[in-house]
Amino acid sequence: MTGLSDTPNIADADGFYQELLSAHENLSEAESHALNARLVLVLCNHVGDRKVIREALELAKRAG
Amino acid sequence: MVDVRYQTEFTLYPYQKVTEQDAPAPVRHPVAIIGGGPVGMGMALDLGLKNIPCVVLDDHDGVGTGSRAICFAKRTLEICDRLGACDPMVDKGVIWSVGKVFRENRQIYEFNLLPEDGHKHPAFINLQQPYFEKYLVERIHEVQARGTPIEIRGRNRVQALEIRDDHAALAIDTPDGPYEMEADWLIACDGARSAIRGLMGLSFEGRVFEDNFLICDVRMKADFPTERRFWFNPPFNPGQSVLLHKQPDDIWRIDFQLGRDIDRQAVVRPGFYEPRVNAMLEGVKWTPEWVSVYTFQCASMEKYRHGRVFFAGDSAHQVSPFGARGCNGGMQDVDNLAWKLALVIEGKAGDALLDSYHTERKHGAEENIMNSSRTTDFMTPRTGIAKLFRESVLDLVEHTPAMRPLVNSGRLSVPCTYDGSPLNGPDAPGLPRRTRPGSTLADAPVEGGWLIDRTGGTFRLLAIGCAAETVEANGITARVLDVAATDVIRSRYLGRARQAIYLIRPDQIIAARWTGFDADAVASAIKHATAG
Repeated sequence: MTGLSDTPNIADADGFYQELLSAHENLSEAESHALNARLVLVLCNHVGDRKVIREALELAKRAG
Repeated sequence: MVDVRYQTEFTLYPYQKVTEQDAPAPVRHPVAIIGGGPVGMGMALDLGLKNIPCVVLDDHDGVGTGSRAICFAKRTLEICDRLGACDPMVDKGVIWSVGKVFRENRQIYEFNLLPEDGHKHPAFINLQQPYFEKYLVERIHEVQARGTPIEIRGRNRVQALEIRDDHAALAIDTPDGPYEMEADWLIACDGARSAIRGLMGLSFEGRVFEDNFLICDVRMKADFPTERRFWFNPPFNPGQSVLLHKQPDDIWRIDFQLGRDIDRQAVVRPGFYEPRVNAMLEGVKWTPEWVSVYTFQCASMEKYRHGRVFFAGDSAHQVSPFGARGCNGGMQDVDNLAWKLALVIEGKAGDALLDSYHTERKHGAEENIMNSSRTTDFMTPRTGIAKLFRESVLDLVEHTPAMRPLVNSGRLSVPCTYDGSPLNGPDAPGLPRRTRPGSTLADAPVEGGWLIDRTGGTFRLLAIGCAAETVEANGITARVLDVAATDVIRSRYLGRARQAIYLIRPDQIIAARWTGFDADAVASAIKHATAG
């Protein structure tokens, strides 16, 4: 498979979402921003494929 | 005096004096059930049909008026079918399985709760709770007429309770004054504000949600399709959510989210809700049936069994309404407790089996509370960042299906699987995961009907593609049901195996399974499933 995935891929989606929000529990707005930025960088490194990352960036911009 | 706390929709069991009220000493009953709601009546029916005498004490004489539960799940219908009360529910109810989720005016997501064929019952019916209760009571009256040992006592209120070594002693008030009663076993089905729980001084802890919702049940003739519709931020309730459900009798339930700080008196006035309903229904003529504000909490008792006293339904656990996990969860309590208590009363199982009621149903309640809390957190984000993520999910889902599983407008009631239950017996590798021990029987068409109709009430042995014989252990019999290996049975029960043996509990939970018949193994699984 090439390109950005269009299919749901997270096991136990509700559990993941709760975990994500829990990570932000008790953080200030600035701290939450910083956490999100670090998370984006870590995940982009995991993906690695520049084409996929570029498509993800485009989707995120378009959806806003 | 027995105060009237609410209006009744149907008077079903008017107060009648019984001779016991003048007895010189308290009369002892095997089982007393406190509370005549759906859980109490279901419990009485299940025990009575197993020939366990029980008496229901309710402080009213019928079914309360007003909007409460409306969505009854497939599993509830299966349980009621086993109790012989399902047909009028399905006849009267509105059948649905599709849900649509909108953002503003745009549909962003659609789901089907029963995407596969081969089930007798639909995913859900919508039915006003008073009808659901009425059909249970009518079924009780029907079986009473042929001698089933159930007694319902209207306007009997428990005033005091003393737990003794081998029974509970009750002081009861009636319109003719007080009397006393004893019961070997007591089942508290008296709702979220349980009087029994209060009398025993037991705590009920959880989380209060700081949001308010307005129920508008309206009467209208509309040709909207029969589906659940949910809106995030619709123009007719900006910044909040709205839920629409169809009910019988041309009644529609509209649920407006209101937010945290509201004037509870103002929102139930026509000046508040009329413009919203008008904007939503776009010219359809409607009249209000019932308007009320509610808030909610999730809470659970620590233990659902206290010696000779059991708590079932809302008295034991309370959930937010999103996901229809309240009444549906309570009916699963009935399903779980009745057969265990019957076996213990008949002397076929030891007391420890009753502890598994707590273990299994607490597991179910925790899953229900978890799911309904997550939905509530999605609908009512508690922090700025939670709101940001919620809005981002909704932004993205309009551009990619990848985000669909994260949209949470309610995870609708399905039975939990009792993974790790002390009653579970052996599993065999290679058989499908969905029917592993601890799971609810997956229905399927079988020769001459439905699997769900051919099981339940007693232990059964499914013999799929192989021969088996009746097995008896501790006076408990599991008769064989031969099942042909059709395509549906293969996908739900065999996987790649050629044959299988399934032991099914009286509550249609799969207790154990094998890929070949061994009478000794089955006998030992029956003993295990009734040992606790």
